[in-house]
Amino acid sequence: MIYREAGQFKTSYEADEAIFPVRQDRVFVIGLLVVAFFVIPVIGNDYWLRSVLTPFLIFSLAALGLNILTGYAGQISLGTAGFMAVGAFAAYKLSTGIPELNIIIVFILSGIIAALVGIAFGLPSLRIKGFYLAVTTLAAHFFIEWTLTHFGWFTNYSTSGVISAPEMVLFGYTIESAESRYLLALSIVVVMTLLAKNLIRSELGRAWMAIRDMDVAAEVIGIPMLKTKLLAFAISSFYCGVAGALWAFIYIGTVEPQAFDINRAFEVLFMVIIGGLGSIYGSFMGAAFIVLLPILITNIAFAFGANLPAEVLTNAQLIIFGSLIIFFLIVEPYGLARLWQVAKEKLRLWPFPH
Amino acid sequence: MSVPDRNIGGELLKVDNISLSFGAVRAIIDVSFDIREREIRAIIGPNGAGKTSMLNVINGVYHPQEGSITFNGQERAQMKPHEAAEQGIARTFQNVALFRGMTTLDNIMTGRNLKMKSNFLSQALYWGPSRREEMENREFVENIIDFLEIQAIRKTPVGRLPYGLQKRVELGRALAAEPHLLLLDEPMAGMNLEEKEDMCRFILDVNEEFGTTIALIEHDMGVVMDLSDRVVVLDYGRKIADGTPDEVRADQAVIDAYLGVSH
Repeated sequence: MIYREAGQFKTSYEADEAIFPVRQDRVFVIGLLVVAFFVIPVIGNDYWLRSVLTPFLIFSLAALGLNILTGYAGQISLGTAGFMAVGAFAAYKLSTGIPELNIIIVFILSGIIAALVGIAFGLPSLRIKGFYLAVTTLAAHFFIEWTLTHFGWFTNYSTSGVISAPEMVLFGYTIESAESRYLLALSIVVVMTLLAKNLIRSELGRAWMAIRDMDVAAEVIGIPMLKTKLLAFAISSFYCGVAGALWAFIYIGTVEPQAFDINRAFEVLFMVIIGGLGSIYGSFMGAAFIVLLPILITNIAFAFGANLPAEVLTNAQLIIFGSLIIFFLIVEPYGLARLWQVAKEKLRLWPFPH
Repeated sequence: MSVPDRNIGGELLKVDNISLSFGAVRAIIDVSFDIREREIRAIIGPNGAGKTSMLNVINGVYHPQEGSITFNGQERAQMKPHEAAEQGIARTFQNVALFRGMTTLDNIMTGRNLKMKSNFLSQALYWGPSRREEMENREFVENIIDFLEIQAIRKTPVGRLPYGLQKRVELGRALAAEPHLLLLDEPMAGMNLEEKEDMCRFILDVNEEFGTTIALIEHDMGVVMDLSDRVVVLDYGRKIADGTPDEVRADQAVIDAYLGVSH
């Protein structure tokens, strides 16, 4: 009864094409944003803001980037971590090379550099599909990792290969505290999510989905293959690049290629699959699942007063985590986003399901 | 049934001595015919006669080894499918080729892609010209939805629709491009009588109201004879007859091809 759109009539196409055509969804999302911007920074402690919510936001952005490429445009990629590394190192080189550059502009430029790299490695996608494309993007990952570790120029000839990100100054404020880092990440993620949603509901988003669902038919109705696929690679890499820059600057505070190894790429891919391919809020749900669930499991173990040795706890956490992934994929192969949608459809009819 | 006031114009498409082979398999052998402005032209023939290959040649999916195609006065040797689409050739497929994960509305909207010019940056902002363009095209698509009587399934993912409706959505997607020439590959395959009658009505309406030239492949002879102005018959890649439905029906080569001939 609560979630029902009866009586909400639309009198223009604009209203029908709104991001949240149903009033309840609108209220829910606005409420969520108010809580995220005004309540959480006040009540959250340092640990939650710095080590849980900030990485969750950054992972969501990376998952969103991969979802554009894999979920919407249907091009499987394992290069996510590589493109994140490009973004992180580009941001480092830019901010050390031109210290007076505004940090937001640094992030945008590093995203654009990642996009250019993404275009270069997206070129094979015109000829290669499916698993074979996954392998070429895997090659891209190792190529990027190798380049970044073997040329001193990228790390300003630091001997350890690990370099700390320079401090961030935005409009005169130094972004140092956990709250300010969280709020900066949140603002960037919200804006970029809105832009992604706009792309998805426009011509380009439809062209991506058309290529994903039936590429021959897409070409026959006049969708240019090369341009559409390369734009998917470029925009996806832009998102991953910005996520990588945020990871290095806002979360970890150091820039190193090891932070973006192949495990990171798989982690983001799992988020997209578990959250839901081709769904924007699925990206967030997947990131929440992967980032928050291990913490939840640990906390539950402590809550039950388990005095387990640390290594037992770590392994138990991995086992439970793995089984939950399998469980969710069996119950709902289309991801958490689909579960959410089913729940909403049920809620429309509740309490009279017939 | 050729009605006298059919208002058929000059030659719109002309295929000249087309030959197409895949390795040793010769799919089309030296076929020539033309399609006139505003006519309904049927291509028939037994299975494997090369009908679908012919459509694929016309809209650029296959590149014939020999022969030329003249569309709208322009001769071309080879072209890519999206170039054919830009020239105003749209088509539907024998096995429904819709975008299954997208809604009916989005599927038909993709048919408008060539009419939408705004770049991706302004689409990301969803503001000004790109928003206006989206709304104008939405209105056009809504008219097609009304025309095809599929208002109720506007927001349904097409993968969930029954087959007959999917065929109708696919026709809608082709119409959204405002094509000059519409190629229909077995638009009535697998339909029941009522669905067939609906589809016939839509085809005739499209032809009459929008003046669209239509080339269709169909196996239901009743439909072919009733709808089309002229029929071309293919068998084993060769053209064996060409003419009005009545002429083709009486042609001995056609009867032999369909019924077999004793040696």
